[in-house]
Amino acid sequence: MTGERRKPHPKTSWKLKNSSKSSWWSMIESVLFNAVRISGCSTILITALIIFILAVESYGFFSEVHLFSFLFGTQWTPLFEPKSFGVLPIFFGTMMIAVASAVIAIPIGVCVAVYFNEYASQSFRSIAKPILEILAGIPSVVYGYIAIAYISPGIRHFFPEASPFNALSGSIVVAVMVLPMIASLSEDALAALPRSLREAGYASGATRLEVVSGILLPAAASGIMASFILAISRAIGETMAVTLAAGATPKMGVDYLDSIQTMTAYIVQVSLGDVAQGTVQYKTLFAVALVLFSLTLSLNLVAGYIEKKWRVEI
Amino acid sequence: MQRHGLGQNLARRNRLDRLFKAVCLTASFSCLLVLLAMLVPLVYNGLPFVDWQFLTSFPSSRVENAGVKPAIVGTFYLMAITVLVVFPLGVATAVFIEEFLPRKSVLTKLVRTNVRNLAGVPSIVFGILGMVVFVNALGFGRSLVSGGLTLALMILPIVVITACEALRSVPKSIRLAAYAVGGTRVQTVFYHVVPCALPQILTGLILGVSRAIGEAAPLILIGGLTYVAFLPENIFDSFTALPIQIYSWASRPQVEFHHLAAGAILVLLAILVLFNSVAIYLRAKYKRRW
Repeated sequence: MTGERRKPHPKTSWKLKNSSKSSWWSMIESVLFNAVRISGCSTILITALIIFILAVESYGFFSEVHLFSFLFGTQWTPLFEPKSFGVLPIFFGTMMIAVASAVIAIPIGVCVAVYFNEYASQSFRSIAKPILEILAGIPSVVYGYIAIAYISPGIRHFFPEASPFNALSGSIVVAVMVLPMIASLSEDALAALPRSLREAGYASGATRLEVVSGILLPAAASGIMASFILAISRAIGETMAVTLAAGATPKMGVDYLDSIQTMTAYIVQVSLGDVAQGTVQYKTLFAVALVLFSLTLSLNLVAGYIEKKWRVEI
Repeated sequence: MQRHGLGQNLARRNRLDRLFKAVCLTASFSCLLVLLAMLVPLVYNGLPFVDWQFLTSFPSSRVENAGVKPAIVGTFYLMAITVLVVFPLGVATAVFIEEFLPRKSVLTKLVRTNVRNLAGVPSIVFGILGMVVFVNALGFGRSLVSGGLTLALMILPIVVITACEALRSVPKSIRLAAYAVGGTRVQTVFYHVVPCALPQILTGLILGVSRAIGEAAPLILIGGLTYVAFLPENIFDSFTALPIQIYSWASRPQVEFHHLAAGAILVLLAILVLFNSVAIYLRAKYKRRW
């Protein structure tokens, strides 16, 4: 008898309790379970669809334009004659924005993370963290507006030769956009370090700067590096701010005061204009998006890999 | 650092340390300054435009008559569609990942990695997905429903990730108690675990939706219009939305339209603040300590 009580058959006891509506409930249950299972696969379906669409349409594009001339061509004029489909100028534009915004945002972001973790009082953090969250929550198009309405005129005040649309103003706002991400991810990485590390440093007579630069930053390097790469990936995918700020003239070169075009800005330009479906110009959308997607995806995978593999076990 | 003697180098090391602290403090304050430097001119230029007439008028080529009524209506329609789609889908996906998939299997790892990477896909790529699938393949056209569905797919990973965290934070004792009184797995999850995690799930949902509110890029690909002189009557109508309206005004060369854009930005930010205060309120009200 005791044996029976210790191991009641789960199904029997359940049926006893809900005997009047058991078949009704078991139907609902299987419907719910299957609904969850099906929608659980929705995210995989989305990824598969993105890859499928980009691959199929890009395949159509590459049957008309040679892959080599797309990847290594230095003229990007798909919308007017003479047509040329070298992706390098807009790829360069994207990289200019990504590199410059990283150069601006990374040192500031790390300093903010260090200050929050090592110096700031609780009250300072409770004020400053929401500010970072607000900066992260402001929509991209608003940053774009700020770039053309306020930053670009400011730049032209100091450099009169600068174009009204320039890569510098785009880089500055993208830096502000990715800064909260670097700061909060690096802060998480620093906060995850055990207290004993700091105290060992202080006990051996190190100043705070030496503890931070000699112990904490190296120990948290995996998380901090991952945050840099994620920020760069975000800057590459950034659309509205650079579309508004950086202009629409694909160019090879590194003049930050000049108007450029990024890959994302090109996609917006095409979709705003009247490009008929099925034309080669329409297919450039997918080829460019494929480059963009592979770039951000591989950066995100690298970030995940670094975070996992470089982690110092403490 | 051990190589330095503590004696004569100490003053220099302390100086460096103070300098470093000052640099870090400056960096932190610069965030506040940047925020102020952006908001003050926005308010200064935009606020004079924000009045009842601005909120209830259609866009116009004359600055003094222009308004954001169709954009506000469009944004609210889009949000309604997005929430209706993303909430059940997001919760179900999170439940599937956290409750039904085996803890350690290849499939679980794949699904998790996939969600994480999907969260990093640029919004414009989701726009292309929506353009091909909803606008063309399913034949919804350049309509509200296409836009709403695209935004829903875009924020799905965010909602799923926060919902997973919420489900994970429900203590094991709740589950065990439900099993102990004879609940099945589905009953345990839907009667006990999900309701316990709901406040946190809702916070994630609101964060995701506030990202969708400000997103213009996918909507431009879907074909949101920049000049709309009518209100959408059903979800298959064409539409405009606040971010698109802002983009269209900001991309004009005339300064007056820039100020209109600033006004529309203030309206957009007000909606975002409203949404986020609801999130903060919910988080505070239903916060549970286990």
